[in-house]
Amino acid sequence: MLVNPIKRAYLALESWFNVSFGTEWNPMYHLGTLTFFLFWIILVSGLYLFVFFHGSINGAYESVEYITHEQWYVAGVMRSLHRYASDAAIITILLHLFKEFASGRYRGFRWFSWVSGLPIIWLVVTLGITGYWLVWDELAQYVAIGSARLLDSLPIFSSSMTSNFLQGQMTDRFFILIEFLHLLGQPLILFFLLWLHVKRISNVEINPPRGLAMGCFMALVALSLIKPAVSHGPADLSSMPSMLELDWFYLNAYPLMDYWSEGYTWLLATAITVVLMLLPWAPPKKDGPAAVVDLAHCNGCELCFDDCPFEAISVQARTDGAKFEKEVVVDPALCASCGICMGSCPSSNPFRQSEEELKTGIDMPALPVDKVRSLTKEAVAAMSGQANVLLVGCEHGFNVNRLDNDETRGVKLMCSGMLPPSMVEYALKKGADGVMIVGCRHNDCFFRFGNLWIDKRFSGERKPILRKRADRRRIRVFGGSETDKRSIENELKAFRQELLELNKNVIDNVASEDSSDA
Amino acid sequence: MLRAKIRQMLSLNNKVIRYILQAINYSLFMALIWYFSTSPVYRQLADDEAILTISFAHAGEIKEPCVKRTQKELMALPPNMRAPMNCSRERSPIVIEMMFDGEPLYSETAEAPGLYNDSGVDIYHSVKVSAGKHHLAIRMDDSVLKEGFTHVFEQDVDIKPAQILLVGFNPSKGFIVR
Ligand code: HEM
Ligand code: SF4
Ligand code: SF4
Repeated sequence: MLVNPIKRAYLALESWFNVSFGTEWNPMYHLGTLTFFLFWIILVSGLYLFVFFHGSINGAYESVEYITHEQWYVAGVMRSLHRYASDAAIITILLHLFKEFASGRYRGFRWFSWVSGLPIIWLVVTLGITGYWLVWDELAQYVAIGSARLLDSLPIFSSSMTSNFLQGQMTDRFFILIEFLHLLGQPLILFFLLWLHVKRISNVEINPPRGLAMGCFMALVALSLIKPAVSHGPADLSSMPSMLELDWFYLNAYPLMDYWSEGYTWLLATAITVVLMLLPWAPPKKDGPAAVVDLAHCNGCELCFDDCPFEAISVQARTDGAKFEKEVVVDPALCASCGICMGSCPSSNPFRQSEEELKTGIDMPALPVDKVRSLTKEAVAAMSGQANVLLVGCEHGFNVNRLDNDETRGVKLMCSGMLPPSMVEYALKKGADGVMIVGCRHNDCFFRFGNLWIDKRFSGERKPILRKRADRRRIRVFGGSETDKRSIENELKAFRQELLELNKNVIDNVASEDSSDA
Repeated sequence: MLRAKIRQMLSLNNKVIRYILQAINYSLFMALIWYFSTSPVYRQLADDEAILTISFAHAGEIKEPCVKRTQKELMALPPNMRAPMNCSRERSPIVIEMMFDGEPLYSETAEAPGLYNDSGVDIYHSVKVSAGKHHLAIRMDDSVLKEGFTHVFEQDVDIKPAQILLVGFNPSKGFIVR
């Protein structure tokens, strides 16, 4: 099957990290939270530096020298951590962007997360720029003059900013402005943008797994000790520093501007931003029809509300006069059409209304629960092997229908989390020897929580649970992407072998029971 | 049998192998930050280069001379507007030319900004030059009424490598080199 090369490259990278970190600690699954963690490091180290920093043209450089050399063991390490965590954040942000893009998670209902992520990059970069400015060394001078040139090239300010940085012109006023921006203004805007960025998703994780956070922190501390961050010579506006050790994560625009021009640098940065902004609509992607609530089958239990990954469901007072207190409403504008809510609803029970059309409290018009039940029934009936396995897959992971044969049949849902646990029992009851759920890779559900909820429902941690009486030996959960055909086949083979053993034992037991009866 | 044994050994070592792989990943991550936080070194100026910056604010002369209003003209105006002289507010553009060792280095004609072209002009220009002894000549014309350049300046300069040689202007003192 054809998988686009960018996605293939991403999946390979992800696999490599799965091998080295395992699926729980895989940094590719925690890039957003890792960035948050780096921000905490930056915040704490920044507060410490602030204690010793003097925000004036004449005091800044000396105070940073003190931080770096006199008190190298704490303040110096803090300075290095502050710098390196900021650099690391650029790496995690770019990987985060790449991941969301490569895995197609930027279009349709996700446009909001995508578009609200982009201004964050601008803000983070300018935050780094004002940070380098505060040191007031030769690099700061370069950055100050470069920034002034960039601003001067815009038709906004009538007087020349650059002339502020001529010999003898520079005042503390300017310095205090930059200090205010770096210490207060920009961080506040950043927190607002981050809040906005995760507004449309529920159960947002802020912290990465402890092991990953520890590893990352130790790496940064080690780097800070091996290569402490240092300043250039003090700023001197009567001369131009000829050699600069630039931080290319933050300051790459300036050499480009020297090489090209201010105008072209603006043009390039703006063009990249605009192109990225428009990506979700090139071409536009239509999400399926939104989930629909059927109050006749809803008791207001709120399970769907708890499980919706995209804040599309809200709870309100009952409106239909039924004896229940609450009901749920879906906001179609926010609905991703993932179907997870259908899997949460206790009414999505295939053993109900077995003779008529199955109705549930919240259903997907594109693939209603009744249809899921009949597909399951048909798939089970169509198999004729020794150990028949029903594969339940989704639209975003591995295509289960690729493995269809006499003893294997796939049913594709929108998301594995759409599967009501009772449907598994139903399939076994209808004659499947085993049920294998093949969602996205573990911890990397396209709809965020599908495979997580499946795990928790099956282990009894989260409602609706898979009942104890369902034979766990006949149920397998194994995630995989489009490129994981081989490992899924191997897992299926091993599973089938176990089922054959189980079947044999059942036959033996039945036979021995028969003989003892005789 | 043998296979099972190997598999068992591998799974025992699995944790160790994983930590080694993680260490490799973290090292790569550190190496990336290590390198790009300061390298490659960016060279702004060659060893024998310096910067010449000209920067000043200056308002050009009023474009037209004031004319005395005739009695008739005065009467046509509302009483509170009857100023005896009629002065236009429009200012002349600033024309500036800079020669470096006889070669043109920079020239500009800056129109006076403002709604009525009545404001002062900010001149700012910065160029790379070679360090050493040079001859600098600057001519400026700030009035359309006067024939030729209104300000002329010449000086021998000795520029140190990496120096920013700053040329300013002051209406009373003319051009100044710092
Ligand atoms: C400082 C920078 C950023 C931080 C801290 C950050 C953080 C996060 C977090 C915590 C999530 C939620 C992940 C989850 O719980 O599933 C998220 C989701 C997302 N981010 Fe970012 N982000 C940043 C920048 C960006 C940028 C630059 C983009 C791309 C333009 C972007 C695009 C997305 C998208 C598309 C999602 C959607 C995830 C989903 O719906 O499952 N983010 N981000
Ligand atoms: S389909 Fe998905 S996004 Fe829409 S309401 Fe249900 S759980 Fe929420
Ligand atoms: S899970 Fe079903 S019954 Fe519970 S609130 Fe949602 S629609 Fe109603």
